[in-house]
Amino acid sequence: MSQTTEPTAPTPTPARPERVAHAHVRDVHLPQGQGTLALVTVDNGLDHTKPTTFGPLGLTALRTVLTTQQHRAAAGEITAVAVTGKPYYLAAGADLTGVAQISQESDARGIAELGHATFRLLGEMAVPTFAYVNGAALGGGLELALNCTYRTVAADVGALALPEVFLGLVPGWGGCYLLPHMVGLRNALELVLTRPLANNRMTDAAGALDLGLVDTVLHPADFLEQSIAWTADVLAGRVSVERPPLDDQETWDATIHAARDQLDRRLHGAKTAPYRALDLVAAARTTDRDAAFAAEDEALTELLMSDQLRAGLYAFDLTSRKARNPAGAPDEALARPVRSVGIVGAGLMAGQLAVLLSRRLRVPVVMREIDDERVEAGLAGIRSLVQGMARKGRVSEQEANRILGSISVSTDLTTLAGADLVIEAVTEVLALKQRVFAELEEIVSAETVLATNTSALSVTAMSTHLRHPERVVGLHFFNPVAQMPLIEVVRTPESSDAAVATAFAVAKSLRKTAVGVADRPGFVVNRLLLRMLAEVAAAAENGTPVTVADVALRPLGLPMGPFALMQLVGLPVALHVLGSLHEELGDRFPLSPGLEKLSDEGRRVVPEPDGRGAEQGVDPLIQEAFGAPGGPAALDEAGVRDAVLSGLTQEIGLMLDEGVVSGPEQIDLCMVLGAGWPFHLGGICPYLDRTGHTERLLGRRLLPPGVADVPAHR
Amino acid sequence: MPSAARVPQTVRDVVFVDGVRTPFGRARPDGLYAHTRADDLAVKAVRELLRRHPTLPADQIDEVAIAATTQSGDQGLTLGRTVGVLAGLPSSVPGFAVDRMCAGAMTAVTTTASAIAVGAQDVTLAGGVEHMGHHPMGHDADPNPRFLSERLVATDALNMGSTAENLHDRYPALTRERADDFGVASQEKYATALAAGQIEPDLVPVALRDPERGWGLATADEPPRPGTTVAQIRDLTTPFRAGGRVTAATSAPLTDGAAMCLLADAGTADRLGLPARMRLVSFAYAGVDPAVMGIGPVPATHKALARAGLEIGDIGLFEINEAFAVQVLAFLDAFDITDEDPRVNPYGGAIAVGHPLASSGVRLMTQLARQFAERPEVRYGLTTMCVGLGQGGTVIWENPHHADYSGHLATGEQA
Repeated sequence: MSQTTEPTAPTPTPARPERVAHAHVRDVHLPQGQGTLALVTVDNGLDHTKPTTFGPLGLTALRTVLTTQQHRAAAGEITAVAVTGKPYYLAAGADLTGVAQISQESDARGIAELGHATFRLLGEMAVPTFAYVNGAALGGGLELALNCTYRTVAADVGALALPEVFLGLVPGWGGCYLLPHMVGLRNALELVLTRPLANNRMTDAAGALDLGLVDTVLHPADFLEQSIAWTADVLAGRVSVERPPLDDQETWDATIHAARDQLDRRLHGAKTAPYRALDLVAAARTTDRDAAFAAEDEALTELLMSDQLRAGLYAFDLTSRKARNPAGAPDEALARPVRSVGIVGAGLMAGQLAVLLSRRLRVPVVMREIDDERVEAGLAGIRSLVQGMARKGRVSEQEANRILGSISVSTDLTTLAGADLVIEAVTEVLALKQRVFAELEEIVSAETVLATNTSALSVTAMSTHLRHPERVVGLHFFNPVAQMPLIEVVRTPESSDAAVATAFAVAKSLRKTAVGVADRPGFVVNRLLLRMLAEVAAAAENGTPVTVADVALRPLGLPMGPFALMQLVGLPVALHVLGSLHEELGDRFPLSPGLEKLSDEGRRVVPEPDGRGAEQGVDPLIQEAFGAPGGPAALDEAGVRDAVLSGLTQEIGLMLDEGVVSGPEQIDLCMVLGAGWPFHLGGICPYLDRTGHTERLLGRRLLPPGVADVPAHR
Repeated sequence: MPSAARVPQTVRDVVFVDGVRTPFGRARPDGLYAHTRADDLAVKAVRELLRRHPTLPADQIDEVAIAATTQSGDQGLTLGRTVGVLAGLPSSVPGFAVDRMCAGAMTAVTTTASAIAVGAQDVTLAGGVEHMGHHPMGHDADPNPRFLSERLVATDALNMGSTAENLHDRYPALTRERADDFGVASQEKYATALAAGQIEPDLVPVALRDPERGWGLATADEPPRPGTTVAQIRDLTTPFRAGGRVTAATSAPLTDGAAMCLLADAGTADRLGLPARMRLVSFAYAGVDPAVMGIGPVPATHKALARAGLEIGDIGLFEINEAFAVQVLAFLDAFDITDEDPRVNPYGGAIAVGHPLASSGVRLMTQLARQFAERPEVRYGLTTMCVGLGQGGTVIWENPHHADYSGHLATGEQA
């Protein structure tokens, strides 16, 4: 990747044909004289890297098979019907690639109705039906199981989930209606809303049994055999399954009300799908099956034709499929082997880095601090971090011992001499970082890759005076290191392909998504977050009430408000980065005397958390730092929002011109993974195209129509 | 220093608690188990045994011995250990792999039974598996050229069909007609036993995945050819020798399958509430000329009888593996038993049901145990089989249902 690569606009994925899910059926002789089971296997005939999904052809095939079984059941030929999947999957839901290509509402409605027409047959047989959940069951794949009378699951299954709301849909092939009747309202809301919105948290077999989502958990070694035996037990009346009674109307309504409050606190109405899902679940108590399924069809059709869903699918593709092959990474074969890692510094973030590196690379990590006191403090921090991980069961005792044994801290820089990679994590002062690299160069080999974890300083400036500046790269981690999935890999004009390839390889071993960025101030995430905060601060400086500025962005559904973000990062840190960006990029990043005052006073900008998850709104008392609100330049919410969106648009335009990343997709990938910006915005670029800011300010869209929105719209 | 007092050596009674097997499949690209792993077959059998005996804590199993003739691929990596792990046994339960070709499972039984008898172990799992579809006979073998250059064995001694032809040569009384009749009778007896419900109780159903057809369930043996008549097979070709006598109808078909049994010290079985379906009386292995390996059961049986102090007339039931009809007939002639003697293979034999090499020994035992329960008037029975490269193995068992059952003794009483 050259640093000045022209931004390349992605084009809509050429349509790939549906990977048709076949429905095979074989008769099985049930034990204990319980008759014949029609065992249906859904299988797309491809290997385990391509999960079975449902498109129109697959659904039609399954519908035909199930209709035949319905007739056989009515004729008394069979005593039960079961569905199962190919190894590792029951099914992974609707064919999202196909969904992303729908341009006509009639096609959207067609797929919604066809799913219902197919799956509901499993609930409308003259005999009981069973889902043998042998592997991952996601979205429509799980709804396939929900439409059956009973469910067994293999104990090793870890991925049961309804990710619809996470993507921008609703569980609309029966899920919203059937779940509350099956598992009760609270558990249904947990599965339809809470877990999907908690970054699409999956449920495992044991958890599914606890929730009532499945009826029995069986050993994977003979899962199918024992599922069939269990089926015979059910038919013989030896096993019966109790379903919880529905809550009374009052409890039901209160639960729905509480769920809606929780959604509001989180999303402020910004994302349509969760609210639609909540409405559908709310109606399940009194609506009949036909009306409920029709309402699900309606919601699905509308959401399938929504830009929020298309942006969600675009973001999902970015963070899953495309993230596996980072754009612009040099040939993996150029990466140098990393057999030991050095870290300069043993502060909080350095300690987190050391533990992550030891855990994932399984190599010795040698750290250096400047005095014995800091060495001790660093070691103590690492020890408590690892012990905490062991206590929570994230690592075994043995692994905890290995990690602690593999990390050493001393005051002697020469202990880092043998490292293949050295990461500096010292204070964000350029001169200091320059000196660290210069000292390192005296002791390490000419091949050793030197990396900086700087978040805003120039990597180039850190390396130009070195004998081997080509070995220097940036490895920008995000806090907390263990949880945040993004690493910005910073390449200077001097950086060698080998050094950059090593950085990408390390990121991959750490199970992080790496995005290659040019050495421009703030890289991607901090540059855009700070641009947003700078616009908010400028509004406050110009007379906009802080309470107005704080809520102005709520319609976007960002993970937190701007002042809460400042508090999380730490106001001094945020202002330090802002200062760097102001220096490097000028008045687009204006300084904020008001915030500086608050920082100097050490004040919080949002109140202490109340421990009950209440929203972190700005503390109205900090208004005094900005003076009395009002005046000609004061903005209303829409004005602040427009200022922020305009600022982001301008900044993205400049970043693409500067070649910070290879294209808008990389910006979105960074914002989703590094800042938690939501799927329904597609990160940010699809949203700026949707609002028209890009065409207005840049004279062009960032993404062509159809890539992250509904093509027929415009 | 503790005193080095000598621990007294005792011999303990060993009982056959139970045995199961998978349905047998034809070893063909379109056979029942074409898409199923061999180790998985063994795993299903182990799990079924444990399921049938819930009073046995899995951590009290002292050994898992599993045989296979080819120990590579899905039959590699020390089957006794891998199958134990895959079946969900606690990691504290050890295991090993066994090979004595066709007598693999039989050897797994006699070896671990010996360990039980000397008090080294209390409860063992023993069995075998052979997926002949995945592992054609002798496929990966590299026989030492000295076998032939020094004429250590006849050139055809490694071809089992040829050794069967050699038996016909050696004993002219063993005619093709007698072999054909015996083969047909084997099919008939199997069909009768199946209809009488004597086969199915020992089977563990196995889930089958065929990428083209989806999941299914194996609940019955695939090899048998019910309704076979002598007229149908009289003119079958003789694949092992032009103008020979051995045909597909008088040979065990190539088969995939697994069989597994649970053995225990008699006192331990009583303590854990495990049934004792047979008591081990004696066993023996013998070597013979590899060119006529099928005669192996004769000297092995003589040895086992002698060690037990029994005569052939004391044996009321014979489960003899039918690798070839001629080899069973050679055994019957050696002991003056008629071809139609009802004591011999009452459920039919390998000619009908198939012979997944290293697993067959435990199939014989499992069937004998069932026959003991049906026939309390029989006191002793034996299981015997021939082994490639010239061996035979015989195990003699006592029927606990018999009125004169000597009764198994609790630990140490016999010493």
